[in-house]
This record gives sequence, C-alpha cells and structure tokens, in this order.
Amino acid sequence: MSRYFTEDHEWIELDGDVATVGITDYAQGQLGDIVFVEVPEEGKQVGKGDDAAVVESVKAASDVYAPVSGTVIEGNPALEENPALVNEDPEGEGWFFKMSLSDTSELDGLMDEAKYADFVSKL
Amino acid sequence: MSDATEAPEAEITEELALLPLDAWHRARGGRMVPFAGYAMPVQYEGIMAEHLWVRENAGLFDVSHMGQLFLSGEGLDAALEALIPADVAGVKLDGQKYSLLLAENGGILDDLMFTRWQDGLYMVVNGACKWDDIAHLREHLPDEIDINHMDEHALLALQGPKAVEALGRVVPGVDALVFMRGGRFDWNGTGLWISRSGYTGEDGFEISVPADQAAALADALTAQPEVKPIGLGARDSLRLEADLPLYGHDLDTETTPIMAALNFAVASKRRREEANFPGAARILIERENGPIQRRVGLIVEGRQPVREGALVLDEEGNEVGRVTSGGFAPTVQKPIAMAYVPTAMAEPGTRVTLSQRGKVHHGEVVAMPFVPHRYVRQGA
Repeated sequence: MSRYFTEDHEWIELDGDVATVGITDYAQGQLGDIVFVEVPEEGKQVGKGDDAAVVESVKAASDVYAPVSGTVIEGNPALEENPALVNEDPEGEGWFFKMSLSDTSELDGLMDEAKYADFVSKL
Repeated sequence: MSDATEAPEAEITEELALLPLDAWHRARGGRMVPFAGYAMPVQYEGIMAEHLWVRENAGLFDVSHMGQLFLSGEGLDAALEALIPADVAGVKLDGQKYSLLLAENGGILDDLMFTRWQDGLYMVVNGACKWDDIAHLREHLPDEIDINHMDEHALLALQGPKAVEALGRVVPGVDALVFMRGGRFDWNGTGLWISRSGYTGEDGFEISVPADQAAALADALTAQPEVKPIGLGARDSLRLEADLPLYGHDLDTETTPIMAALNFAVASKRRREEANFPGAARILIERENGPIQRRVGLIVEGRQPVREGALVLDEEGNEVGRVTSGGFAPTVQKPIAMAYVPTAMAEPGTRVTLSQRGKVHHGEVVAMPFVPHRYVRQGA
C-alpha cells in the first residue's frame, strides 16, 4: 500500500485496484471544526482535479478535489452522523470516499509522504 | 481542497494595519487573518470551543479595528439627529444607544453605538466603514462640531455570563452598571471607559483603553479563570445566534431599518413626529404598512450550513430572497441563517426553499434570537 498527497491537501491510498481518499491532518487543522461533509455517490465519474466532495467548517465551505480520475465506489457513511471524524482521524476513519482508478499513471504526479511533509513545512 | 464560499485568506502583508494587541494575539496562538484592513485573530483553540466558552464563561474579544469617535460642540444633539433616527437629545449622561447612520433614501450607511459623555458623544462604528463614516459626518455636521477619531485607544469586549465576576475583580464597581449604561473607571492610574454592552447576546462589557495599556489590561483580564481570548470566528457565530445583524452582510445601503427588522431604532415618538431624519418618509411608511422585504431568521433542515449568498426560492423556483448570514450554530447545534424574504413569507413557521451551489435545502422561518439574550437590564 502506498499513500500519495496533492498540493490541495488531499491524500489517496491505493490498495490493489481500490483507492481511499481523504483530507490531510494539516487541512483539517486549517479548516477547524468540521460540521458537515458531502460525499460523492457511488458510481460518480470524476476526472483528476474535479470537485468530488464538500467539507464545511463552522466558518466556510471548501471543495475537495479528486486526486486522480476514476469512479467512486462509496462515500464514507460514518461522516453523515459524525463529521467531526475528519477532525479526530483525518487520515484514517475520517476518509471521504473510495474510488477505482482509470489511469494509475496519474499517481506519478503526486507527492509521497516525505515530499508532502516538506511542502507543508514551507506553508 | 479549496475554499468554496470565501475568497482565500490573503497573505498577511505589510499593507495590513496592526492592532495594538497584534503581538499579544500571536503569542497566544491566535490565527491572524485580514479583516477590515487589519490583521485580526480569527480563532485560538477553535471556533466551536470558543463560542461555547463565551456562552458559559467569559471571552475577551479585541475589537480595536472598530472606529471610536468623540463628537463635541455647540448644537451637537440636533446636528446628529439630522443623520440618525435615534432620540439623541433624550440620552442622559452615561446612557448608551444603538442607532443607524442613514443615507438620504433611508438606506443604512452603518450601524453604531453612541453614549453621552460629560462633554460630548462617544460613538463606536464598524471598522470597515469608519473612514466613510468620518467623511460622512464631517460633510454633514456643521463646522462647529469637532470629530475626534480616538485611534490611540484600543477597544476590548469581555462577554459572557461570568464577565461581571471577572471584570469586577480587575476593575471594582463595574457591577453597578446595567445594560446600555457606561462610566469612567480607574485601573492602576489608567482611565478606562466601560459600558455594559456588547454584540454576543450575553451579558458583558466593552472597554475603551489607551492603546499603550491594552496588552497589560488584556493580561489582567485573561489572568482571571473565567476568561479566554476569543477570535472573530466565534464573534460571528455568537452574534448570528443573538439576532445581531452585521453591517456589509445583513445591513447595507439597500436595506432600511424596517426591512432590517430594527424597528426599535425608530422607536422615539418625537423623532417619528418630527420625521426629520434621512429617509424618514420612506421609513415611516414602511413602519406603518410593512416593508416589501424583511430580515428573518431561518433554521435549516439537515446539518449542512446555508451561507451568505444562497437564494430563497418561491414555489415556482423563482428567486424571492437571499441569505445574508448563515452557518452552523454551536449553541443551537443546527445550521441557522438570516435572510431577506418577502414580508408575506416573514411569519414564523413559514417553510422556505433555499438554493446553494446547485443544491436545494429546506428551512423554516423562526422567531429570533435563536439563543435568548441575557442582558442585565435596569430594574431586573
């Protein structure tokens, strides 16, 4: 399993053919208290960089982009009842959606964990 | 990921003015953002926790970006009454009133608080409007009236049910004040102006302090166990729950006091009979017959907040109104909003359809405030 990161603070972890997508700990810290997450429906086709989900903090709404192209397999049902999971465990239980990838080569343009840590340290 | 409803927070640059407490906020972990031309703390530990802290304890807000003006001179009361609808002459020494700076057509240029001091009127106006307000006052007040912009003073607000205990320990005697009354107090040789007022719906105080003493006073206040520093984020959610409109969002030059449901701002019988404030003819007709649109409170179904700019739709899907403030209400634990709707839809219980970013939401008009006020009034 390997995890990749975008400059827009999404993470994507590939496990076989299925990838899980969420936002990073840095992102949840910037957003503050999360009160609502709109996850995409099963079967939705997304292109790399498309709006895929909406995360709302007390203060503002933010779009979450698809890190790569593919098809949504499921949205995280736990976020409906407990959006604060994104604050509590952003890179684990607070995942947003799972997807299948249409072009795994798109992952090559993303950062690995060390590069992302370096990217965030300069913000 | 990106911000969908607000412009990205701009970098803090040297173009932003720094408030007297800038270093104080940063030292306490305040996240600074641009607001009204200043770097301001939006939050410390988190908006939700800060909001709930104020409702149960006391929070210290730095509102030094707001304009503090002191007006004085012969004929001041009558001159100011030509620009605002309040009964200025009826305000006694140390009495405080909320009012509105009105345009010729009755639209709102700013909202403000003024207090009678021994030798004139002290006025607090919005930070984003203060330069326009000063220009408007200078243009319309006679030359005999002096306008002193007290920019060497910071303004702190201590808000919450325990504010009186905390401030009373630092500045003895403040418990003698009641809502919308103020007075001069001495703190270690520094003169403070303190009024029992604020903009959160809670009991609390606003404190005008010389800028060079502001950090020491903020230290003394936050040394009290009831007091934490609170950012602008929670100030916004607190005032929204308390039915307190925000200029530039819920109030602007397109809205009149009656449209804004601020009828109390034209409550003086004498001022209505004289009808000599800007826009009086229009405002008094609206007061008598009802305005075309009115500001209302909404509770939105579900958990997704509906925010400023969302549309209010009629049954055919036509735009009939607009949300001017909205968010998730930490005390209410639901999304709430303020919106302008046709008067026929303004009754509590009316169902509304809202549209935001292509998605339909449903809500209901409710009586405001969303959270009851806890002001300490005279005789109470």
